[in-house]
Amino acid sequence: MDYLTYLSLGDSGWGDELLKGLVVTLGLALCALPVGLAIGTGVAALSISAHKSYRWFANVYTTVLRGLPELLTLFIIYHGVGLLINNTLKWLDPSNGFFELNPFGAGVIALGLVFSAYAAEVLRGAWKAMDKGQREAGYSLAMTRLQIFWFIERPQLLRLALPGLGNLWINLLKDTALVSVIALDDLMRAANIAVGATKKPFLFYLTVCLAYWAVCVCCERLLAVMEQHSKRGVRVSR
Amino acid sequence: MIDFIAQVAPMLLDGAWITLKITFISVSLAALLALPMSILRIQSSRVYRWPVKLFISFFRGTPLIAQLFLLYYGSGQFRPWLMDMGLWTFFRDPVNCAMLVFTLNSLAYQTEILRGAIQSVDAGEIEAAKSMGMQNSLLYKHIVLPLAYRIAFPALGNECILMLKGGAVASVITVMDLMGQTRRAFSQTFDISTYFLAAAMYLIIATLFVMAWRQAERYLYRHQIQRTPGAKSVTAAAT
Repeated sequence: MDYLTYLSLGDSGWGDELLKGLVVTLGLALCALPVGLAIGTGVAALSISAHKSYRWFANVYTTVLRGLPELLTLFIIYHGVGLLINNTLKWLDPSNGFFELNPFGAGVIALGLVFSAYAAEVLRGAWKAMDKGQREAGYSLAMTRLQIFWFIERPQLLRLALPGLGNLWINLLKDTALVSVIALDDLMRAANIAVGATKKPFLFYLTVCLAYWAVCVCCERLLAVMEQHSKRGVRVSR
Repeated sequence: MIDFIAQVAPMLLDGAWITLKITFISVSLAALLALPMSILRIQSSRVYRWPVKLFISFFRGTPLIAQLFLLYYGSGQFRPWLMDMGLWTFFRDPVNCAMLVFTLNSLAYQTEILRGAIQSVDAGEIEAAKSMGMQNSLLYKHIVLPLAYRIAFPALGNECILMLKGGAVASVITVMDLMGQTRRAFSQTFDISTYFLAAAMYLIIATLFVMAWRQAERYLYRHQIQRTPGAKSVTAAAT
């Protein structure tokens, strides 16, 4: 069989299975992104709060989640949360059946948590880098705290955090490959299955690598454009 | 609980030793190779620059686990040829494959870090050295590289931590590192505490490493610390 036949669409090749896997991979990353951003924003807010205990919590959260291997976080969520839910169900009603956390959900939670820890640090850094005079200017115009946040601080925060968040997005995309280990039918696992059937590991794993590479390069380009766009209001110093 | 730890901890410690060994060897090899690579990367000639750029882009743009599968399982497709070359004994061993892939991966990241550092060395220092008639080799040895490594140092420490964490994927190709032993222990006991014990070990290793790196950093930046009393460490966080 020719190499291209292996990768063709339809019954004779594995192209359509790989494409389906790619869709799952991208879907996973796109689902984990809002989860991570939401939690990350919350943790970043805690880390700049005036309360010492909130700051302490945010610090522990980011240190632990950034110090653990993503694979270990994934296993803890996949097995741990599943176990927790089962125990709760059994405790509520012993006749409850066995609940299995699906790999996609576990992947979204685990990758979202990892993303949130890094995002919290990026957002905190962006907050610290922001000019404090801007807020005072807002107050002097009698704006409310909420107005100041929305119209003055939020746009600048996004501009300052965009490069960091972009890098995190690329990392998130690459981390999705780990979820194949807990049997989610993503791109990586589609390749594993194809390799099992055809005994052509190099061909399929190379295809997977090239697919990830293409996605990452496209995202990098897109992010560069977004960064340029976000900086359009910044005066260039000469 | 104590019984459980006594039962599992020796296995995990064995794994932790393998993890440390693999990480140390890969990161050190990559560190040695990163210097020539980063110098190639900043050449004005495209012939030198582009292959390095392509290499860096590939290893930074694909998941580590995919690279690992490509090399470990992918080498099986060329088994007869590798056997002829006498390389099959190398590729057959998952630990060797993991170390090779981690070295290449870390090399890509370290080259990029070092490239950034070399390019951000103050142009005035280089001009001053050139105006004193320094040749390129002397210039690099005494001016550019000491400054560049000082700039790159915190980022290189982060890269080591990333490799320590990223190395956990080696367990997927049956390397019995800390993660591999953890997965084995979990499959025997089905006790979630196994994972928490492993998490604690990873955190301890990472914390000790960060502390050691900060000490080294303090030594490297000692001339700057004196100038600005009360200045904070350059590495703000662990990773």
